[in-house]
Amino acid sequence: MSPVRGAVADTFPKLLMHHARARGDRPAMRHKDLGIWQSWTWAEVADAVRAYAVGLSRLGLKRGESIAIVGANRPRLYWTVMAAQMLGAVPVPVYADAVADELAYVLAHAEVRFASVQDQEQVDKLLSIAERLPKLEHMVYDEPRGLRDYDHTRLHSIDDVVAEGRDALRTASVDSWLDGEIAAGSGEDISIILYTSGTTGRSKGVMLTARGCIEAAADTVAFDRLTDRDEVLAYLPLAWVGDHYLNYAQGLVAGFCMACPESTDTAQADLREIGPTFYFAPPRVFESLLTRVMIRMEDASAPKRRMFHYFVDVARRYGEKILNRESVPLSGRLLYGLGELLVYGPLKNVLGFSKIRVAYTAGEAIGPELFSFYRSLGLNLKQLYGQTEAFLYVTAQPDGQIRADTVGPATPNVEIRIAESGEVLFRSPGQFKGYFKEPEKTAETMTEDGFVKTGDAGFFEPKSGHLKIIDRAKDVGRLRSGALFPPKYVENKLKFYPNIKEVVAFGDGRDFVTCFINIDMTAVGNWAERNNVVYASYQELAAIPAVYDMIAAHVDEVNRSLAAEPGMAGAQVKRFLILPKELDADDGELTRTQKVRRGFISERYQPLIDGLYDGSPEATIAVEVTFEDGRKGNISGTVAIRDAAIHPDVAEAAA
Amino acid sequence: MRAPDAVAAGDTLLAVDNVSLRFGGVKAISDVSFDIRKGEIRAIIGPNGAGKTSMLNCINGFYHPQEGRITFKGETRRRMRPYVAASQGIARTFQNVALFKGMSTLDNIMAGRTLKMNRGFFWQLLRYGPAMAEEIAHRKVVEEIIDFLQIEHIRKVPVGKLPYGLQKRVELARALAMEPELLLLDEPMAGMNLEEKEDMCRFILDVNQQYGTTIALIEHDMGVVMDLSDRVVVLEYGRKIADGTPDEVKRDPRVIDAYLGVAH
Repeated sequence: MSPVRGAVADTFPKLLMHHARARGDRPAMRHKDLGIWQSWTWAEVADAVRAYAVGLSRLGLKRGESIAIVGANRPRLYWTVMAAQMLGAVPVPVYADAVADELAYVLAHAEVRFASVQDQEQVDKLLSIAERLPKLEHMVYDEPRGLRDYDHTRLHSIDDVVAEGRDALRTASVDSWLDGEIAAGSGEDISIILYTSGTTGRSKGVMLTARGCIEAAADTVAFDRLTDRDEVLAYLPLAWVGDHYLNYAQGLVAGFCMACPESTDTAQADLREIGPTFYFAPPRVFESLLTRVMIRMEDASAPKRRMFHYFVDVARRYGEKILNRESVPLSGRLLYGLGELLVYGPLKNVLGFSKIRVAYTAGEAIGPELFSFYRSLGLNLKQLYGQTEAFLYVTAQPDGQIRADTVGPATPNVEIRIAESGEVLFRSPGQFKGYFKEPEKTAETMTEDGFVKTGDAGFFEPKSGHLKIIDRAKDVGRLRSGALFPPKYVENKLKFYPNIKEVVAFGDGRDFVTCFINIDMTAVGNWAERNNVVYASYQELAAIPAVYDMIAAHVDEVNRSLAAEPGMAGAQVKRFLILPKELDADDGELTRTQKVRRGFISERYQPLIDGLYDGSPEATIAVEVTFEDGRKGNISGTVAIRDAAIHPDVAEAAA
Repeated sequence: MRAPDAVAAGDTLLAVDNVSLRFGGVKAISDVSFDIRKGEIRAIIGPNGAGKTSMLNCINGFYHPQEGRITFKGETRRRMRPYVAASQGIARTFQNVALFKGMSTLDNIMAGRTLKMNRGFFWQLLRYGPAMAEEIAHRKVVEEIIDFLQIEHIRKVPVGKLPYGLQKRVELARALAMEPELLLLDEPMAGMNLEEKEDMCRFILDVNQQYGTTIALIEHDMGVVMDLSDRVVVLEYGRKIADGTPDEVKRDPRVIDAYLGVAH
């Protein structure tokens, strides 16, 4: 075994066997089943995975072949990843909520011969696209419900496969053969192929080596001082690099315990029960949590509400300073301590944040107020920047250097360079080996000296040395007047209001900025309930004039703040409308990671954009929507357009 | 989970012979006969006011028909109380959801196990020893149903706060908790959106296949009825006008006239 920086072994199966020896009776995995948390120790996991690997190899899985994994975060699906890696096969996790067509593309491209799936739903989905997957031979499943009457010649229950492997392992020769297979794995092998979410077209298969994965994970485990006493809740999509990195790779490097939620819908409740010490969530999760907290406080009794607002104000003044170990007057500390007892502690407990030592957020810009709200409660929330091609981390904020508007300096052993075009380039230990079967795309993404192009525009802040990401490099545009138009910047400012869920801004090459707005059903629906406003659907709620008034007030505030910033006055929103439907990944309007697909949306809603720019008070639209089963329907209607006031450029007037 | 098999699959589980039901001068059901075979999904359809719900109410002993006989598992009865019907293995859900709104999903489903509890009130109050063991055993069954119907996330939510589609699912869960031999569903899909309907269809099929539960259902969505059911009985103004497989019923001119209508 060649030496690996920061870890004891160069492949994940070797790490698993190491933990089984070193901390065999520490918990490695948990899963809530029938309402009770079930735990497996490292020794038990290693045992099950060994048996599973033998079972899979009896079915015919061989070194170098790939096995698809489709489903939610469940121990048996993680075991599939480990078992495949034991045999030197390549696991290919796929987004479980992907529609059949997306799934077919990825599985055909990855040439999978095996698939490990969660339940009947996924089995049906794969069977429905079977003719597009000529190489697919065997499917194994976790959840037997509803599958009893299926043809079981090519379909097997994971438990049966494990049991068969366990039987075979009683023979000493099989046992030593498996040890040989594990030892034969090397750090240079492809450890996993992760498909990108497809923000920019078709998904690409990112090949990562075992050594890269482990060295990158070892760096951040040291950076955040993670140990085998830590605990995480694995609720992020299995196919996303974040889950594979933060939970799987870091877990196997540090030897901490990974808990799997009972189901996708229970993650919030499970979080409270598990009380993880390391946590990651995209900004929108923090946002919707805060919205829910605020809504519930609105409904609380007056004394509670007053107490909440008083102490949130106290936290705003002292909380972040205390977390950053800055000097705070004694009275402030005492008040904060009282607040911890009465408000922050109970609130963190309800949210499942009580034991969190390190929390990260990434993927989108996070509102400064939102960010400081959580930090002021004493939650050590930090930002990182990364992508699948880097095996996640490129930059991360070290403790004590936390800012809402930057993503921090480069993580250890990562080099970053800014190209002349403003694009961020990096070279990192976890950096990918290439896109699977697409060498020309790989070449496009790499510079000659081995740096990876991120596609994001950014710059280093001279004072702090932190990286600041503005937008996708190709998205930053200009108005016809020449004024700068960074769409994301404008959108994010609007999205920081709880009533607004999603915004799509237009303005590149136009005379002024306009935008589409999606209202937040939870927040606005609650407002409607409190004000006796009757509605039956999103479409109806979105068309109510009083809702428009509320949103218009938010737009006005954003315009005012844009006017006050140097160079941003031109980006004020002149006209807006509220979309009659929620943007949805099933309709191709968002990516699976819930990012807006701007180009697609502007084509689909062309008549509405025309309305925004030709000055008419309303516009008519008819769009096709896709239901989860693939059937299609139509939404049509007339959408009102509002004008917003443009504020004079304060920054310029002052100058 | 299935009760001991007194009746083999395919044999008649429940027979309705010449049943008539009157409320004063109003004839709700007149001279209707049909049977429900073990293991099948049997649909009862008909226009509004045809007597479908009254028929279900007769079967589970809530109404007592003036004439005719109902035979369940070979045993004929004239007057029957709903709780006796329940203890014999007939469970039902209601057209307008009838749950305990202030209680959690879990408690509502546990309520479905009441008839299976052996320990008395005071043992339950103690929650100790045998009562606790019994509670755990019942809870296990209930948790399996919760898992089966995928309602883990609302386990502890008061049902009054749930959307309608989920309430219907909780009601089904409560009926299943009785481990019934015959499950009566009164418009299980009324007022649901497409996605909720599809989920419900899958659950009904799964219940039927996995547990072998015989199901009689009233439903207005013709697509659902024709896809789900093995046999269909059609009522109109309290009379039976057709009985057979979905295909036979669909072609029957009287059914088309009375209910399905003609494509114009």
